[in-house]
Amino acid sequence: MTAEIGHFALILALMIAAVQSVVPLVGAHRDNAEWMAIARPAALTQFGLVAISFGCLTQLYLSSDFSVLNVIQNSHTTKPMIYKIAGVWANHEGSLLLWVLILALFGSAVAAFGANLPPALKARVLSVQAMIAVGFYLFMLLTSNPFERVEVPPINGQDLNPLLQDFGLAIHPPMLYLGYVGFSMAFSFAIAALIEGRVDAAWARWVRPWTLAAWCFLTGGIVLGSWWAYYELGWGGWWFWDPVENASFMPWLAGTALLHSSTVVEKRDTLKGWTILLAIITFSLSLLGTFLVRSGVLTSVHTFASDPARGVFILALLIVVIGGSLALYAWRAPSLVSTGVFQPISREGALLLNNLIMATAAAAVLLGTLYPLMLDAVGGDKVSVGPPFFNSVFIPLMLPMIAAMAIGPMLAWKRADLKPVLARLWAAMIAAVLAMLAVWAWATDGPVMGVIGVGLAAWLFVGTLVELAGRIRLFKVPARESLRRLARTPRASWGMTLGHLGLAITIAGMSGAGAWQTESVQAMKPGETVTVAGYDFTFDGAKDGQGPNYSIVRGTFLVTKNGQPVATLDPEKRVYTVTKRPTTEAAIHSTFWGDLYAVVGDKDKATGAYVTRIYFNPLVAWMWGGVLVMVGAGITSLTDRRHRIGAPAGRRVAGTAPETVKT
Amino acid sequence: MSRGVACILLVVAVTWLSPALAVNPDEVLSDPALEERARDISKGLRCLVCQNQSIDDSDADLAKDLRVLVRERLSAGDSNDAVIQFVVARYGDFVLLKPPFKPATLALWLGPVGIAGVGLLAVFFFFRRRRLEVSAGPHGAPTSAKPPEPLSDDEKRRMEDLLKDDKT
Amino acid sequence: MQRRFFYLVPLAVFLVMAIYFAVGLTKDPKILPSALIDKPVPDFALPPIEGGPGKGFSSANLKGDGVTIVNVFASWCVPCRVEHPLIARLAELNVAKVYGLNYKDKPKDALRWLAELGDPYTAHGADTKGRVAIDFGVYGVPETFIIDNTGTIRYKHVGPMTADKLEREVLPIIKKLDKGNGQ
Repeated sequence: MTAEIGHFALILALMIAAVQSVVPLVGAHRDNAEWMAIARPAALTQFGLVAISFGCLTQLYLSSDFSVLNVIQNSHTTKPMIYKIAGVWANHEGSLLLWVLILALFGSAVAAFGANLPPALKARVLSVQAMIAVGFYLFMLLTSNPFERVEVPPINGQDLNPLLQDFGLAIHPPMLYLGYVGFSMAFSFAIAALIEGRVDAAWARWVRPWTLAAWCFLTGGIVLGSWWAYYELGWGGWWFWDPVENASFMPWLAGTALLHSSTVVEKRDTLKGWTILLAIITFSLSLLGTFLVRSGVLTSVHTFASDPARGVFILALLIVVIGGSLALYAWRAPSLVSTGVFQPISREGALLLNNLIMATAAAAVLLGTLYPLMLDAVGGDKVSVGPPFFNSVFIPLMLPMIAAMAIGPMLAWKRADLKPVLARLWAAMIAAVLAMLAVWAWATDGPVMGVIGVGLAAWLFVGTLVELAGRIRLFKVPARESLRRLARTPRASWGMTLGHLGLAITIAGMSGAGAWQTESVQAMKPGETVTVAGYDFTFDGAKDGQGPNYSIVRGTFLVTKNGQPVATLDPEKRVYTVTKRPTTEAAIHSTFWGDLYAVVGDKDKATGAYVTRIYFNPLVAWMWGGVLVMVGAGITSLTDRRHRIGAPAGRRVAGTAPETVKT
Repeated sequence: MSRGVACILLVVAVTWLSPALAVNPDEVLSDPALEERARDISKGLRCLVCQNQSIDDSDADLAKDLRVLVRERLSAGDSNDAVIQFVVARYGDFVLLKPPFKPATLALWLGPVGIAGVGLLAVFFFFRRRRLEVSAGPHGAPTSAKPPEPLSDDEKRRMEDLLKDDKT
Repeated sequence: MQRRFFYLVPLAVFLVMAIYFAVGLTKDPKILPSALIDKPVPDFALPPIEGGPGKGFSSANLKGDGVTIVNVFASWCVPCRVEHPLIARLAELNVAKVYGLNYKDKPKDALRWLAELGDPYTAHGADTKGRVAIDFGVYGVPETFIIDNTGTIRYKHVGPMTADKLEREVLPIIKKLDKGNGQ
């Protein structure tokens, strides 16, 4: 019965979404308040229905109802509770249900908390949201029904892929989807603005919190996936330029550009057409990611369901949504009038440079990801585009951007002078040179990119601090006054400062981990010791054990440095009982300067030795820490007063004033 | 995020997966210089059955065979290029994770440069059009030769208003 | 109106991409072409499966003996079991000699497998280390090669043979290559 309720709720949600996608839109067009008002209850009801549907699927997993195909394929009675829940979205059908749940959640959030939005804009936004939802409901109901029953239920399920039975990966998809789907809000606002033919500072303020929230979630989701790869795959890698990773990275690049360009719209009333386009592109890339992953056109990891019928449906959906919105853009965007004027060397100019580089990076990643597919489509060779390509394109793009990132925030709006700004950055210059010299002295044999990376990180970090110091007029006015200024710095500015500092830390971490990893692979008998990066790892043997649904071989390493104990590492090798698949669980001890990382492998029956892999991964903690700072920066910016209180009526008039005056 | 999964899901017809890790101690060459070259080469060769992973990272059986093969060729005195050619002769350019520069990959390698160029051009035209518009604009403001005026008092006040918004 | 044209660019770019996707959907990214098509077969000599009655085979068997087939199989490979009746049928048709390359198998398992499912091969050889398979550019089992009279690889099929493939591609190609020899 539960499965039928879930299925039925989904059908009802489709019908409500269909109404919601038409009636409020027509209402907004005819200025009919009653028709527009339908959007709110419709969005809330839609969310309620999808939540019921999602609850039903969760219940089916929790009760291990093996009359449902989806549960059979992805669950097992012995699976721990948390992975029964995570199993709900760790498969094609369930992940789509999560997708629409989050979509409906965002829609209902606008309906519930968007009281300060003009009714026509709100009606249009919710209609556009509902249109996207209709597409996805249809996709699910026609090709990917999670509630499908089987005639003869088996005694037990086939269990979930053990690699997915992991805490990091359990919460990775929801985070990622909150990001992907969050960008649908920016998209809906952009479409509504195109229909209305009006983009102003107020619009930019309404969109910003949604974009920021989506960006935070997406950043978190990507780093969770990366972190998972780092500790689970057993060789200390954290980024592979895999198509699925790229699918999440492209919207991130575009979304980051959108965050920056919407600032220009808000403060300077220009770059409107471009910002609208970015909003469309960001969400389109999210949809494209879904297409690439779900359709199987690119073979990659998470294509747990590559089914041509689904591929065709998603492609049709893409053409309608992206093609339709870009057509609307081509038709309406030329009429958007920008009033702000600025010189190339100015804050706007710097933000534009950021946009140019981010957009180029996103396009280059897109090109590299799709190139094999495109070449194949025209009957050309089969080629591979792997990490060497992406690194050789992406890194040269990032170098000028990071260099400019320290300068940009110090430029004045409209028109700025570069010379005094550069003069103020002497401290950053010195920091960069010192950092490079220090690194070079420490590791003369490393790749030059590592040295440059650390230098740039120092430049950006100190440069950002210099900007902050300038803003609070440190040492120019009495300390009290500076502190007062610091306390009064708006949270949005803190967001920028923290975000840039976080990126600087992340870059230092990436450079370190990428350039100076030390590796040692060997067969070890209990009692033997190897030395890696100055640490002595003594293998203390391995023991067999039993987890809830897997068997374990757990090795133990005692790590000492100069005779002083540092850590005990217990890496595991697991074999899952049902699927008979192995996983490795690396043991990691993080220190400020790097991670001690150990993996235990197979036992050689003849000699009794175990294959062990030991790594020293420098500055990895900086990488995770830096990203956390970036997410924190996003959240800080999100709590800025102008978002918390929305844009109250009085101020809204003030915000829109330039437009009414100048047109 | 996903290399390991890829291997497990996509291996063509191989139901016989050894849970071994990537490079194993028995494969490692005793000469560290040679071993380093082998690692470098392996990192650029694609594990065919995993689709998106280098043979250096892969625990697939064929990847192991290829790793051993690379080391054998190196030990036999082949140059790096010769070893890579040896593998390419059998599996095609597909095994190269860094696609070679050839007519079929022209668009790939020049694409990013082209995109950046188009972007720069767009920015250039944006500024040029802006100047024309401003010079012909209703404010009768500066000609295209002159930079725009500094903020007027009124504009300054408005900007401060906007900024003040953020504070308090 | 030049400006309007500018705003159409994103749409145009997307539509071109969509066309590529549509074509891409019809292709299987897992199938790779062989780099060895129209190249001579690699030099090799395979010993028989240990403990079996066979005599092995070598590159010499694939030259000057009409069209030949090399089928890569292993007892641990499930799809091989699926395609086996079709390989047997191909051998029965007697249009070409079919050689079996036993890939990275345990001799005992391989012999039991052949005893159970029948041995359609003219000869089979054991590639226990998988080295000869690498020379053939094999990346997945099963794979089937068609080799012409001169010992040149002309066709490769990856994955289990299907009745459809056999009728529509394999047999016509053998026929065509055979005609070429007759002259």
